[in-house]
Amino acid sequence: MRRALGIGLWVAMVIAGLAVFLLLPHFVSDFHSRDLAQAGAFFIAIIGLNLVTGYTGQISLGHGALMAIGGYTTALLVVHEHWRDVWTIPLAGIVAGIVGFVVGLPALRLSGLYLALATFALAVALPDLIKKFSHFTGGTDGENFLASAPKQVTGLGGITIFGHSMTQNHFLYYLTWSIGIIGFFLAWLLVRGRAGRTFRSVRDSEVAAASSGVNLAATKTVAFALSGVYAGVGGALYVIQNEIVDPLSFTVSVSILILVGAVVGGLGSLWGLVLGALFVEYLPTISTHVSTRPGVPDFVYGAAIIVVMILLPTGAGGLIQRLVRPLTSWLYTRP
Amino acid sequence: MLLALDWTQLAQQTVIGLSSGGTWALLALAIVLIYRSTGVINFAQGEMAMFSVFIAWSLVNHGLAFWAAFFLTIAISFAGGVAVERVVIRPVEAAPVLTVVIVTLGLLFVVDGASKIFWSPERRTIPNAFSTRPIDVAGVAFSIQDLGNIAVSLGLVVLLWGLFRYTKLGLALRAAAGNPDESRLLGIRVSWMLALGWGLAAALGAVSGMLTAPALGSFDQNLMQPVLLYAIAGAVLGGIESPLGAVVGSLLLGVFVTLIGTYVGWVGTTLRLPVALAVILGVLLIRPTGLFGRSEARRV
Repeated sequence: MRRALGIGLWVAMVIAGLAVFLLLPHFVSDFHSRDLAQAGAFFIAIIGLNLVTGYTGQISLGHGALMAIGGYTTALLVVHEHWRDVWTIPLAGIVAGIVGFVVGLPALRLSGLYLALATFALAVALPDLIKKFSHFTGGTDGENFLASAPKQVTGLGGITIFGHSMTQNHFLYYLTWSIGIIGFFLAWLLVRGRAGRTFRSVRDSEVAAASSGVNLAATKTVAFALSGVYAGVGGALYVIQNEIVDPLSFTVSVSILILVGAVVGGLGSLWGLVLGALFVEYLPTISTHVSTRPGVPDFVYGAAIIVVMILLPTGAGGLIQRLVRPLTSWLYTRP
Repeated sequence: MLLALDWTQLAQQTVIGLSSGGTWALLALAIVLIYRSTGVINFAQGEMAMFSVFIAWSLVNHGLAFWAAFFLTIAISFAGGVAVERVVIRPVEAAPVLTVVIVTLGLLFVVDGASKIFWSPERRTIPNAFSTRPIDVAGVAFSIQDLGNIAVSLGLVVLLWGLFRYTKLGLALRAAAGNPDESRLLGIRVSWMLALGWGLAAALGAVSGMLTAPALGSFDQNLMQPVLLYAIAGAVLGGIESPLGAVVGSLLLGVFVTLIGTYVGWVGTTLRLPVALAVILGVLLIRPTGLFGRSEARRV
């Protein structure tokens, strides 16, 4: 009986979540849907970072660079190879996944802060490298889709899908969050099963994991590669939404932003990540609403991060777990 | 190419490298100090140093002599560092490491914002601590400023080493960082030792900033950002646990970066940081705990 109630509650939650996803754009302005879409791109990248940092315990300060790889893959395919923008997303994910695998290789030797520095180095160096190889990447000016490849941009001036016509902003919202929800579901399947246990065992004790037969090298690199796929897809969507990419699109601050989102959302849990993504998307905007005087937005932004971390040291995910635990333990114990 | 190597230029560039490496070393020491006691890299260290530079600028503009402002700023920064630890870090002392890291990132934005609120974001100048006049050493012209920077940096390093090695306070600081639980049993106020560590780190950063700012000519709120990157890189290169490593790592990095910037054409000034980071990554892959780091034996 309780079990049935638990499943019922669970199904109700999922349906409520999907309803919010489907109806949300109709309650906010058209322009606002694009902000929500951008939050979705961060959401996907944050899931990726959480897989490698939250679940596998490998700190990465360079996920902005993996987003950049995905974003530039999309841009180059659209501008030089004339692909339609949305069809580049899978390839962007694969390319960033491969790069993620390579980034994961130092993790076999480095741990903790040293690994953090190695990934940080990538994030710091990439914008300069992109500028250096300007004949390939468009250099400082970057690649502008509307200027050089408007025909490849999906949804300009409205689009019709399955008989529903919608604005470009709504299209971007549904595209991003559909991919986000699928990615979330896949990540959820992954971490609740054998792979998730393997990841967590590496995070909690490498020695214990290795002595139980876990292949450390394979686990770490696979976690990085998977994480790269998510970051790459997020980066591709980010570029598609902005219709432009340049070396400043993905600086170190993006890597930091994603990390803040993952920690605020809750490392090692998935449900809070939506909140983490919304936090990093909206906090800068909200803090400019306080006052646009130089310095005030930065101050508010930083203070908000500090206050949230002091109040929720384990992020939104930790809070959700604490709130839900009495309910779940009641539901899943036999009376 | 090699035959045309100009030894005078090499010596000059090395000293310039040591001079900037010395200022990075101070910030790197600050980072190591906090890392050893708290286990996190304080990403706000650079911005805190920048704030100190602006305090020094205000003091000088109110008519104080440079060296008076210099020492007053160090004292203010020390108090500020202690206050920051008490207010911002203490509440998350027991939280996971990454939570504390995110708090220092938040602190970075707060300090940056506060500095822009107090001082408008325009370029300013601060008088030079040392004359920029060149002096002749063994037939090679060095600037007094560079030599002075090196002297102040190394002097401070020695002073700090003396504090940690020969005073009771230093012993307490080391004990609190190394084994907090037992230190508490011995009556050391561990929490306050952490706060003192933050104060010392802020003071070190202040000196680093006050040496960096005049060398740049003019500065604004971004002045310490590259210094922070180099300092973190130097500290990690030396082994993040090791103060000696932080100093040696930063000095090596300073010389290396200056020399490749001068002698390798395609690196120039734009690719200096990426190349330096790539080299450090290479070093770390061979020595995963940095040049002076020890790998820890752990009981499982």
